[in-house]
Amino acid sequence: MDFVKLFPLTPVASAHGQEIDLLIYLVHALMLVLFIGWGIYFILVLFRFNKRKNPNANYLGIQSHTSSYIEIAVALFEAFLLIGFSIPFWAKQINTFPTRTDTMEIRIVAEQFAWNVHYPGPDGKFGKSDPKLFDKQSNPLALDRTDPTGKDDVVTINQLYLPIGRPVIIHLTSRDVIHSFGIPNMRVKQDVIPSLSIPLWFTPTRSGQYEIACAQLCGIGHYRMRGFVTVQSQADFDKWLSDQAAANSASGSGDDFWN
Amino acid sequence: MSSDAHAANSHEMPFWQKYIFSQDHKIIGIQYGITALFFLLFGFFLMLLMRWQLAFPGQELPLIGKWFGEANMPGGVMLPEFYNQLGAMHGTIMVFLGVVPLAVGAFGNYVVPLQIGAPDMAFPKLNMASYWAFFLGGVVMLASFFVPGGAANSGWTSYPPLANIATAGQTWWLVGMVLLITSSLLGSVNTITTIFQLRAPGLSFFRLPFFVWAQLVTGFLLLLAFPPLEAAGVMQLMDRIFHTSFFMPSGLMVSGQPLAISGGGSVLLWQHLFWFLAHPEVYVLILPAMGIVTEIIVNNTRKPLNGYRLMVYSLIFLGFMSFIVWAHHMFLTGMGTAISAFFQATTMIISIPSVVILSYLFLTLWGGSIRYNTPMLFSLAFLPMFGIGGLTGLPLGLSASDIPLHDTYYVIAHFHYIVAPGTIFALFAGIYFWFPKATGRKMNEFLGNLHFWPSLVCMNVIFMPMFIQGLVGVSRRLYDGGASYDFAQGVLHLNKLSTYGAWGLAIAQIPFIINFFGSIFKGEKVTSRNPWEATTLEWEAPNIPGHGNFDHELKVYRGPYEYSVPGAAKDFSPQASEKI
Amino acid sequence: MSTGEIPYIVKPRADTGLYNAKLGIWLFLASEVMLFGALFSSYILLRVGATDWPRGASILSVPLGALNTTFLITSSLTIILSWIALRMKDLPKFKIYMGVTILLALAFLGIKAYEYSLKFQHHLFPSKSTFMAVYFTLTGLHACHIIGGVIVNSYLWGPGSRMWKTDPERFTNRIEIAGLYWHFVDLVWLFLFPVLYLL
Ligand code: HEA
Ligand code: HEA
Ligand code: CUA
Ligand SMILES: [Cu+2]
Repeated sequence: MDFVKLFPLTPVASAHGQEIDLLIYLVHALMLVLFIGWGIYFILVLFRFNKRKNPNANYLGIQSHTSSYIEIAVALFEAFLLIGFSIPFWAKQINTFPTRTDTMEIRIVAEQFAWNVHYPGPDGKFGKSDPKLFDKQSNPLALDRTDPTGKDDVVTINQLYLPIGRPVIIHLTSRDVIHSFGIPNMRVKQDVIPSLSIPLWFTPTRSGQYEIACAQLCGIGHYRMRGFVTVQSQADFDKWLSDQAAANSASGSGDDFWN
Repeated sequence: MSSDAHAANSHEMPFWQKYIFSQDHKIIGIQYGITALFFLLFGFFLMLLMRWQLAFPGQELPLIGKWFGEANMPGGVMLPEFYNQLGAMHGTIMVFLGVVPLAVGAFGNYVVPLQIGAPDMAFPKLNMASYWAFFLGGVVMLASFFVPGGAANSGWTSYPPLANIATAGQTWWLVGMVLLITSSLLGSVNTITTIFQLRAPGLSFFRLPFFVWAQLVTGFLLLLAFPPLEAAGVMQLMDRIFHTSFFMPSGLMVSGQPLAISGGGSVLLWQHLFWFLAHPEVYVLILPAMGIVTEIIVNNTRKPLNGYRLMVYSLIFLGFMSFIVWAHHMFLTGMGTAISAFFQATTMIISIPSVVILSYLFLTLWGGSIRYNTPMLFSLAFLPMFGIGGLTGLPLGLSASDIPLHDTYYVIAHFHYIVAPGTIFALFAGIYFWFPKATGRKMNEFLGNLHFWPSLVCMNVIFMPMFIQGLVGVSRRLYDGGASYDFAQGVLHLNKLSTYGAWGLAIAQIPFIINFFGSIFKGEKVTSRNPWEATTLEWEAPNIPGHGNFDHELKVYRGPYEYSVPGAAKDFSPQASEKI
Repeated sequence: MSTGEIPYIVKPRADTGLYNAKLGIWLFLASEVMLFGALFSSYILLRVGATDWPRGASILSVPLGALNTTFLITSSLTIILSWIALRMKDLPKFKIYMGVTILLALAFLGIKAYEYSLKFQHHLFPSKSTFMAVYFTLTGLHACHIIGGVIVNSYLWGPGSRMWKTDPERFTNRIEIAGLYWHFVDLVWLFLFPVLYLL
C-alpha cells in the first residue's frame, strides 16, 4: 500500500514490530481521514460563507446531525484500536514473557552514560555480584569472578550481540538516574529505572547492525548514550560468545566505549 | 448612579498605587499580560539559541555567541550543560511564566469580570498578591541562570534522581515553582469566586459566554491539580536541602561513587505527582484558548454558536477526565496490562469532548457571514492547528504505538502544534480582539496580516518536520539533534529546516511588536464602545473602563450569542439590551 | 446599588447562598485537601514500598502527641465559642475565647518545637530515614499552617478587631472564615497524629 510509504519508519527488525507499525498506520489513517474530511469542509465553508458571498448570516445554521455520527464513528474506531490492538498487544508482548526453551536472557545496567551488558555466558547462568568488587573501569558490574557460574559471564559496554530468530529477554536496571532503552528498529523502548529491574523482550528477525538510543534525559551525556546491536546467525553468535568468555575471565571491559 | 463618585476616587490615588501595586483587575490583567509577553519572548529567545545548536551542532554561534560566557558557550560554541539548561527553562518559562499567566492571569483577569458585568474581581488584594507572587517566581527563575552551575537542567519535568543530584539551579527552580503555584492558587480561588458570586442580574450559568466557562473550568483545574505538585516540590526541596530520600531509592551510585543517603524512596512517586498536575495543566493551556477562539469565531460569523450547551458539558467532562489520564505519560515505566488499559481508555475517552468542541466550532461556521479580520484569522488558524496537535495525541495515547514514539520528536511536535500555533495563536487573537476595549484604539489590520500569514507558514515549517524525525525515532532533548546516530542521518537536514522556520517566525513577530506598541499611542481610535458589534457584556463598558467598570446598571436578558436573530433590527442582540 | 462596589462582601448571594469570602475559603480548603492528600498518598506509597518501617511510637513520644491533640481539639472548640460570642454581640467574650485559641496554638507549637529538639539531640534528622523525612515534612508543613493561623488569629484578636465597631457583621464573617481554616488545620492533625505516632 502506498499509504505506508508515507511513513519514514526505520526498517523493522523484530518479530512484533509489524504489529506496532500496523497500529501506527491505522491510527494515522483515522487521523488523516478526519483531517482531510474536516479540512475540505473547512475550506469550502470559508469561501462559501464569506461576508461578500453571504451578507446575511443564518440564525439556525447547520441542521444536519452528520457530525454526531462522525463523533460516534470516531469513538468506535478508537475503541476498536484500543480493544482490538493496543490492549491485547500489551498483554501479549509487554506483560507475558516467552517460555521457549531457547529464550536468551541478558541483563543491562545503565549508567551515565553507558549500557553495561551482562551475558550469563555459555552456562546460561548469571554469576553473583558483590558491590565491594565494583570498579568503574575494570569491573563495572561488580561481578564476583570466583563464583563458578560467573567465570564464563560476558560483560560488554554498549555492545549487544544477539542471535537471529531467538527471543531475548533483557532485564533492565540503572545504577544512577532514569534512562530509557530504545532500539528504533526493534520497536522496543523501556524506561530504565534505578531500584527496579524491568524486563523487556523481543525476537530479532533481521541480521545487521542497529543502534540503541537513550530516550530519557539523563544528564549532559544523554545525547551520546548510544549503543549498538549486532544481530547475527546463531553460529556467529556462539563463536563470539565463547571467544569473549575465554578472553575476558580476567578483564571485563568491552569493545569500544572509550573512543 | 455613582459613576462620578468612583471616577473621583481613582483620581486621588498616587501613581504607584494606581499602576504598580494596583488592585484593579484591569491594571493587574495588563501587568500580567506585559510580563507574560516578555517571558514568551524570552522563552522563544532561549529556543532560538537551542535551534542554532540543533541545526549546526558544535558550530560557533556568530556575533552573540561569545556573550554567554566561558561556562556556557566557550568560544561561542554551546556546551551540553547549557543546552540542557536552555531546554528545561524554555519549557518551564513557556508553560508557567508565559502561556498560563497570559491566558489565565491576563485574559482571565481583564475579560472575565467585564464579561460577567462585575465591578472587579471578588478579592482585589488577593489579586494583587497573586500577580506579585508570579512576578517574584519569574525573578527567581531568571536569577537562577546566574547561580553556580546555571539554571535547572533536568527538563521541565525535573525527574529525580537526575534533578535531585543536579546543580543549585534546581533548588531555585523549585523555589520559583512554589511561588508560581501559590500565585496560581490565589488566582484560581479569585476567578472561581468571581464567576460564582459577581454575575450581573439575569446572567445565569447558561447565559455565560463560553470564555467564562472555560476560565471557570480552568480555575478548578489549577485549584485542584497544582497542590500535588506543590507537595512534590516540597519533597524534592527536602531531598535537596535536608538530604532526605523521598525520591531516592537505596543503592544509587553516581559516577561510580555510592551516594551517602538513607535511600528507601520511590523514583516513580515524583512522576505520579508531577503528571497528576501536568496533565490537567496542559488543559489549562488549551481551555482558555478555546474560550477566546469561540468568542471571536461566533462574533465574526454573525450567528449563534451551534451546540453551546453540549460544548459546556464537554468542557466540564474534559475537566473531570483530565484528572485520571496522567499515567499516559508513564506507559513505559513498567506498567501492567490492567493499569495501562485503564489509562489508555481514559485517554481515548478524553479525546472525544475535544472532538465535540472542535466539531461545533466548525459547524458554527456554516451559514455564517464571515468577516476576515486579524483576530478571526488567528482564531480560524487555531482550528486545524489544534486539530493536528490533538489528533497526533491519539497514537501517543495508545500504549502500543507509544512505544516507538515516546520521548521522541513526535511528542515535541504533538504538543507544540497545540500550544504554539494553537494556544499562542489564540492568545494573539485575543490581544487583537480586546485591544480596543483596553486602549480605545484598534490594532492595524495590515500589520496584523503581516504578522499572521508568515507566522502560520513558519509554525508549520518548524513543527511538521519534527513528526518525521519522531517517526524515525530521534529522541528529544538531544544536544546534537541526533547527529551522532546513524539511523537519524536521513532526517538531520530537517533540523536546519526547523531552525530556518524559527528564524522566520522570529522575524514575523516584528510587525506584531510594532503594531502592539504603535497602536497604543497611534492606533485608529474606535468611536464606539462596541467596535466589533458583539453581544457580550464587556462591550457595554466604556473603552478603557474606569474603576468599577460600568457606568450604568446592567441586566441580562438573553444568552451570549444572539446574532442575526430573525426579525431583529440589527444583526446582533446584546445580552444587556431589552429589545432584540 | 452603586455600580462601583463589589457585591456580596458581607451578605450572601441568593442563588449561591454564600458571601464571597466563604466561597473563597472553601475553595482554598479544597486545594489544601489536595495538598495534604498528595502528601498522605506519598506516605502510603513510600510505606508500602519500604522494606522495614519503624513503629511511630518507638521513636516519637505518644503522650506529647496526645497532649498536642487535646490542645488542638480544644482550640477548635474555643474558636467556635469566640464566633458564637460575636453572634451574641459580646466582644469581650470573643477576646477571651480567641485569646485562649491563640494560646493553645502557641502551646502546640512549643511542644512541637520541644519534640523536634529531642529528635535533633538524638541525631534523628530528616535525612536519617524515610520515616523521619515523612515525619518532619508533614509536621513541619502542618506547623507552618498553624503559624499562619496564629498570625491571622492574633491580628483578628488585636488590631483587626477594630472592625467590630465599623462593620460588625463583616467582622463576624471574618471570624467564621478563620474558624473554618482552623478546623481544617486541626483536622489535618487528627490524621497526622495516628498515622505518624500510632500506626
Ligand atoms: C495544551 C496542551 C495539550 C493538549 C490539549 C494535549 C492533548 C492530548 N494529548 Fe498531549 N501532551 C502535551 C500537551 C497537550 N496534550 C504535552 C506538553 C506533552 C509532553 C510532556 C512532556 O513529556 O514534556 C504531551 C504528551 C502526551 C502524551 C505522552 C507522550 C509520551 O511522552 O510518550 C500523550 C499520550 O497519551 C498525549 C496524549 C494527548 C491526547 C490523547 C490529547 C487529546 O486531548 C487531544 C484531543 C483532540 C483531538 C482528538 C483533535 C480533534 C480533531 C478533529 C475532530 C479534526 C481535526 C481536523 C481538522 C482541524 C481539519 N500527550
Ligand atoms: C506553552 C508551551 C510552549 C510554547 C509556546 C513553545 C514554543 C516553542 N517551542 Fe517549545 N517546548 C515546551 C513548551 C513550549 N514551547 C516544552 C514544555 C518543551 C519540553 C522541554 C523539556 O524537554 O523539558 C519544549 C521543547 C521544545 C523543543 C525540543 C527541545 C529538545 O527536546 O531538546 C523545541 C525544538 O525545536 C522547541 C521549540 C519551540 C519553538 C520554536 C517555539 C515557538 O513556537 C515559539 C513561539 C514564540 C513566540 C511566537 C513568541 C511570542 C511572543 C511575542 C511576539 C512577544 C511580544 C512581546 C511584546 C509585545 C512585549 N520547544
Ligand atoms: Cu541515558 Cu539519556
Ligand atoms: Cu497528558
